[in-house]
Amino acid sequence: MKSKKLALPYILWMFVFTLVPLVLVISYAIRDENGNFTLEFLAKAMKYGDVFFYSLWVAALSTVICLLLAYPISYIISRSKERTQRTLTMLIMVPMWMNFLLRIYAWVILLQTNGPVASLFSLFGIKLQLIGNTGAVVLGMVYEYLPFMILPLYTVMGKIDNSLIEAAQDLGSNKFNVIRKVVFPLTVPGIISGVTMVFVPATSTFLVSQYLGGTDNIMIGDVIEKVFWTDKNTGSAIALCLMVVILLCIIVMNRFGDEEAVGI
Amino acid sequence: MKRILSLLLMLTIVLCCTLALSGCKKYDGEINVYNWGEYVNDGSDGTMDVIAEFEERYNIKVNYTTYESNEEMYSILSSSNSSYDIIVPSDYMIEKLIAEDLLRPINFDNVPNYSNIAEEYKNMSFDPDNKFSVPYSWGVVALCYNTTMVEGEVKGFSDLWREDLSGNILMFNNSRDAMAIAMQMCDISPSAPTKEDIDKAFDKLMEQKPLLKRYAMDQTFTEMEGSQAAIAPYYAGDILTMMSNNEELSYCLPEEGSNLFVDSMCIPKSSQNPELAEKFINFMLEGEVAAANNTYIGYSSPNTAALALMDEEITSNELIYPSKEYLDKCYTFSNISDDVYSYMQEKFIEVQAE
Repeated sequence: MKSKKLALPYILWMFVFTLVPLVLVISYAIRDENGNFTLEFLAKAMKYGDVFFYSLWVAALSTVICLLLAYPISYIISRSKERTQRTLTMLIMVPMWMNFLLRIYAWVILLQTNGPVASLFSLFGIKLQLIGNTGAVVLGMVYEYLPFMILPLYTVMGKIDNSLIEAAQDLGSNKFNVIRKVVFPLTVPGIISGVTMVFVPATSTFLVSQYLGGTDNIMIGDVIEKVFWTDKNTGSAIALCLMVVILLCIIVMNRFGDEEAVGI
Repeated sequence: MKRILSLLLMLTIVLCCTLALSGCKKYDGEINVYNWGEYVNDGSDGTMDVIAEFEERYNIKVNYTTYESNEEMYSILSSSNSSYDIIVPSDYMIEKLIAEDLLRPINFDNVPNYSNIAEEYKNMSFDPDNKFSVPYSWGVVALCYNTTMVEGEVKGFSDLWREDLSGNILMFNNSRDAMAIAMQMCDISPSAPTKEDIDKAFDKLMEQKPLLKRYAMDQTFTEMEGSQAAIAPYYAGDILTMMSNNEELSYCLPEEGSNLFVDSMCIPKSSQNPELAEKFINFMLEGEVAAANNTYIGYSSPNTAALALMDEEITSNELIYPSKEYLDKCYTFSNISDDVYSYMQEKFIEVQAE
């Protein structure tokens, strides 16, 4: 009973700032101005299907790259000395103290035509268009969200008892098998929270694509913002579709995670 | 224990900072001002912090907040219980707000400095009897281009469709401005377009899309100042800022004529302190205040008393104060119905999403 009382402020907060807005979004999406149920706006939202899938694709690609990069980094950090661990996690956190927009600006300047990176490549006679394409958008996202993948992974990996790894080695596992059969199953919860923390915001962000993308890199977040200017209903309908898709992704992933965890 | 202590220490520091900043001064009143971002002199150029000056002189606290677009301002004003005392919408938005009965008539007896406003900026089409609005500043849409990247002359909006600049052209990332330029290219008046006009403009924008580097608003500054793009349409006052940061840049007043926009101070119906709001408007119209303000924001002033005080170099600048002949070629936006506006917005997103 006591714990329930303590939770009351949070429940109230969630109700006012999460549940009520959510209901409003749904109501805008499926009701016309007279309050009647309609699928008109959801049908209108379907028009942006291409942008929708493009956003999901970019977000998924960024998430996979983040995971591939973050996994070894987190493993190395978690297996190093305590002092080094602290320094390394600090180094990962420091860029996040800077304003997000500033960091994106920095990338714009790095990648721009005749900018530092382009000049470096041109020394070797390679001419590259580095900005204004999907590659630049994915790079921006990976840079932006990498810490959100590293931190949960590192936390989970830090909890793995070294003796488990030693035991596997004693029983004759090679390095690869230690990772595959011991470390990986134990880190599944970290992977899931990392993937969620990267994939969800990456799907709906639009700043990165606005700054690093070109004319073909419009993201669903951008569309929602623009539609909202004049048409709250269709805007809500798109947002609703996005929420449902993300929710489905998370459910599927958690299922997969549960099976993995049982499999140990 | 050490941890808790250090945590407490940190909290105290943060608290002290916020308390020190907020101060505990007693004011005689309070007004809420809702203006465009970067649209008031904050004193950073060493002349006059306009808001602070007002607070000091009348001992009235100003809660100053900003918006990015007329539409953002409109949705806040119309859908919430906000009580703003001053807003600064553009022409077509004022027309819309008047039509929807969201503005309060201004008592001009309390605004004697209104006499400073030049005659041509009184009784404008969006407020024909001039009951609701007092002009704040105005400007035109012009072209900014990089002299080292553009070969030959830049004449007008048609240069935004030039094949040889492919990949180096920027375009407005907002439907009303982008569609207006496309309509001018199709010889349609962009003042109050119909759906057919929008369809034609849509085709024109689709034709332009492969030539573009990107659609941009604020990014135009970085792109042009960093010589990353060759040509961009933008608001005159901002082009002046870009030019002062990159010597390679120049401007062009489009030969086709252009959009003349007028932002005016208005008092919303929901205002709690209309008298204080009128005091604020009157203060903003004072020659010295308006001169300092418009010099800083870079946009043109409709205030004759201010113009007399401003630097000759600015008032004689053709980009900021175009000739009467040029202004006669320009048009202002009128209010369009919600239906047409959503259609325009939808079509513009379609251009980008295709």
